[in-house]
Amino acid sequence: MTASAPRRRLAAIALWLAFLAGCALVISRTQFTTDLSAFLPRTPTPEQQLLKDQLTEGLASRLMLVGIEGADAPTRARLSRHIAQRLRADPAFASVSNGEPINTARDREFLQANRYVLSPMVTPERFSEQGLHTALGESIDLLASPAGLMVKSLLPRDPTGEMVQLLGQFDTGSQPRQIEGAWASRDGQRALLLLQTRASGSDTDAQQHAMGAVRQAFNATAGQSGASLVMTGPGVFSVTSRDTIESQVSRLSLVSVALIAGLLLLVYRSVGALLLGFLPVVTGALAGVAAVSLGFGSVHGITLGFGTALIGEAVDYSIYLFVQSEDAGADSQHWVKRFWPTIRLGVLTSIAGFASLLLSGFPGLAQLGLYSIAGLLTAAAVTRYVLPHLLPAGFRIHDVSAIGRVLQSLAARAPALRWPAAALLLAACAVLAGKHGSLFNDKISSLSPVSQADVALDERLRADMGAPDVRYVVVVSGDSREAVLQTAEQVSGVLQAQVERGQIARFDSPSRYLPSLAAQRARQASLPPPEQLQARLARAVQGLPVRAEVFAPFLADVAAARSRPLLQPGDLEKTSMAMALDALLVGKAQRWSALLPLTAPKGGSIQAPDIRAALAAASLPGVLFVDMKTESDRLYAGYLHEAIALSLGGLVAIVALLLVVFRSPARVLRTLTPLAAAVVTVTAGLAALGQQLIILHLVGLLLVVAVGSNYALFFDRPDPAAPIAPRILASMLLANLTTVAGFGLLAFSGVSILQAMGATVAPGVILALLYAAIFARRPHA
Amino acid sequence: MLAVLAGLALAVWAPAAMAAWDLQQLMDLLAQTKSGRATFVEKKHIALLDKPVESSGELLYTAPDRLEKRTLKPKPESMQVNGGELVIERGRQKYQLQLQAYPELAAFIDSIRGTLAGDRGALERSYRLSLEGSAERWTLQLQPVDPKMQAVIQRIRISGVRNQVRSIDIAQADGDSSSMVIEQAAP
Repeated sequence: MTASAPRRRLAAIALWLAFLAGCALVISRTQFTTDLSAFLPRTPTPEQQLLKDQLTEGLASRLMLVGIEGADAPTRARLSRHIAQRLRADPAFASVSNGEPINTARDREFLQANRYVLSPMVTPERFSEQGLHTALGESIDLLASPAGLMVKSLLPRDPTGEMVQLLGQFDTGSQPRQIEGAWASRDGQRALLLLQTRASGSDTDAQQHAMGAVRQAFNATAGQSGASLVMTGPGVFSVTSRDTIESQVSRLSLVSVALIAGLLLLVYRSVGALLLGFLPVVTGALAGVAAVSLGFGSVHGITLGFGTALIGEAVDYSIYLFVQSEDAGADSQHWVKRFWPTIRLGVLTSIAGFASLLLSGFPGLAQLGLYSIAGLLTAAAVTRYVLPHLLPAGFRIHDVSAIGRVLQSLAARAPALRWPAAALLLAACAVLAGKHGSLFNDKISSLSPVSQADVALDERLRADMGAPDVRYVVVVSGDSREAVLQTAEQVSGVLQAQVERGQIARFDSPSRYLPSLAAQRARQASLPPPEQLQARLARAVQGLPVRAEVFAPFLADVAAARSRPLLQPGDLEKTSMAMALDALLVGKAQRWSALLPLTAPKGGSIQAPDIRAALAAASLPGVLFVDMKTESDRLYAGYLHEAIALSLGGLVAIVALLLVVFRSPARVLRTLTPLAAAVVTVTAGLAALGQQLIILHLVGLLLVVAVGSNYALFFDRPDPAAPIAPRILASMLLANLTTVAGFGLLAFSGVSILQAMGATVAPGVILALLYAAIFARRPHA
Repeated sequence: MLAVLAGLALAVWAPAAMAAWDLQQLMDLLAQTKSGRATFVEKKHIALLDKPVESSGELLYTAPDRLEKRTLKPKPESMQVNGGELVIERGRQKYQLQLQAYPELAAFIDSIRGTLAGDRGALERSYRLSLEGSAERWTLQLQPVDPKMQAVIQRIRISGVRNQVRSIDIAQADGDSSSMVIEQAAP
């Protein structure tokens, strides 16, 4: 030992502790999320931005659908009313609808009072003598029609029929049926409530609170009725996803740590060695979380789930150190000299593979890449530079050379399996060629942690509500509310023409509920002063079976409307229109958007190119036509293609790295053959079992290459005549078993993306080890 | 033996039962009509207006709950009721309403639809029924049960011959009234 050794040792340990403290500090300030954010693009196009906003904050994200099942119809309706009553008093809910006419009176009052600024029919022409005559004639005709019963009382106040106009405009005509005074499903077997939370769907805590409030309201009234409660919606999904991920991650990490610890204890027969062996792992995991936190601002629960699996790989480094340095009875410096270069190359290979993931536009994938790189690098560095200093003098683990010798004789015979292995590979290639077309699952839902049963319930309740998914939306963006409302009014003109041509059934616009100030002023200005209106009215009734005196209330209302303050957003409060406006007009500071959702004609579909062309012809600023379904499909297809490209890129990086280090294409080929064989076999196995590949299978394959490269490198020795040392073989087997234990558990996870990774990596690394032994150079060349 | 006696008793009583004319029989008779087409002339007396408004057109009915009233004069207009949905089309304008949101209108439409369908249960949910006359010339009077409905409609009088409705007279609470004369089209 040199004189500076103790100082170096102290410095290394101090540096390590400081690093740990730093990581802990970062992690303590980290925000952990489980929402959709991991699946949304980092640098979205305007269309994707809309999709993202809608998924995380839009009205759609704040809707909660509640169903009451069981018991009998009157009980369900009674429960619906009781629950609605309780929830309406809860500030967590912006609105609670169950078919009861709660807002009807207020809505009518609001429309009545503001009809002259709300109605798009209000123009100077309509209030001319001729215009009044026509409007009155129509109202009288309406009076004679079946609907006359409803409008008769309105006539003296509203002879131009603005109320009828507005009511027709706001009635979307797609409400669920009513049974016993409450909404019910089409088959009548379920009472329905539609809730809108005040908090956005991505605020999982608030959503959880809201769900609790619904459950409490139900329990308080349901008693022994035998009814049951079901809930769905984006917020409900994020809460259940979080619960699933949290419980899975904590359970999986506990079990995998216990399993790996048990395995290591069995081999090491020393608690001290076990604890020391976990130091690189713990440091690596902390570094990984801290790096993701610094790099992304938050850490997704899925990344943590992945982290637990990585324990199984990071522990390999200390296994190599402990088992291999026992060799020759030398100290750990000997190990560093003899084996570190191989392990370092293995680490670099892994990093080369994962680095490509950093480029992914899919945040979930990029997080995994960063986590793996930081975690593996740290674990390896701690094993190399810190762990040797912490080992007590004369540190020894239980002698494993007996196992090693058995393995040695097995390894010597392994090449005999070359032909069977080649046959297996050929079969695997045949399977892959056969399943070529359906190898990948291209549905974005394949990534969702939400269970199939929950998705089915969601679809059922949505169909019951008669609330079709909004697919086509025209988005108007601008720097102020007034600007977007004005443009929305112009877009409405374009869309109205499409309605009349039958291209779309209807559309909605925030400007219906809150016209722009300019439009309101123009409408106010269309109203003539009282004397003028009276004179025109007197002439307008000529030839009609009605006397002008009947319309005294009309004159008074118009006079009042002329001087009424213009309508502001706050005026809509407590009306049904507030909810609609809230959904369609979104704004923050200088960034405002108006959404105009389109409804397809009954039994038909919307011809997107036609609508796009009509909007383009109007050449309005900041107007975008978005097809949400195409966008989300395109988004995921983009991720998948990108992931395939990045995985291939990772492979190229690994090949390049090995070429630079080995300077021998033959050696590179030798190293990569068992890895490629493992990848092909696992993929074919998954395909044969009917599992369609998702992005996380690709990440798993990358991990198989990363972990397997260590085995291949150990088997690839410069002198094939010398057999591999028994201890190296023992260390590889142990490392392999811990990796299988860590990832194997994921294969039993209920979260599809964790399951995908587990089901790929666990069999993959076993195969990589076997192939590495089988395809190793023969001792007697 | 008992069965034979019971059979005999039935045979004796049946003609008498046929002769009596009651609500259930009217309903059964009406229920046999699965679809129909007729022309109408309607006259409305509305206090707001100086003279009655007259309109005419055709009526189409398909059991159990589809009713269409096509007004041809003075202005083409159509009203369709299909289940719980009411669609009114006038020129280029189209109004789509959910009947449940307008209970008075719903009760009014159900009075006609329920009579055409012979749906006694539906009628009795909203009205007190009384029947006069014979199968050859009957008059069914409906009086609203619900006070809210009473504030709108005083009574509805529907008269007919056998399974055909011939006229519908409505007296509204505010004194306005309408009378519709229906002429069955040749089947």
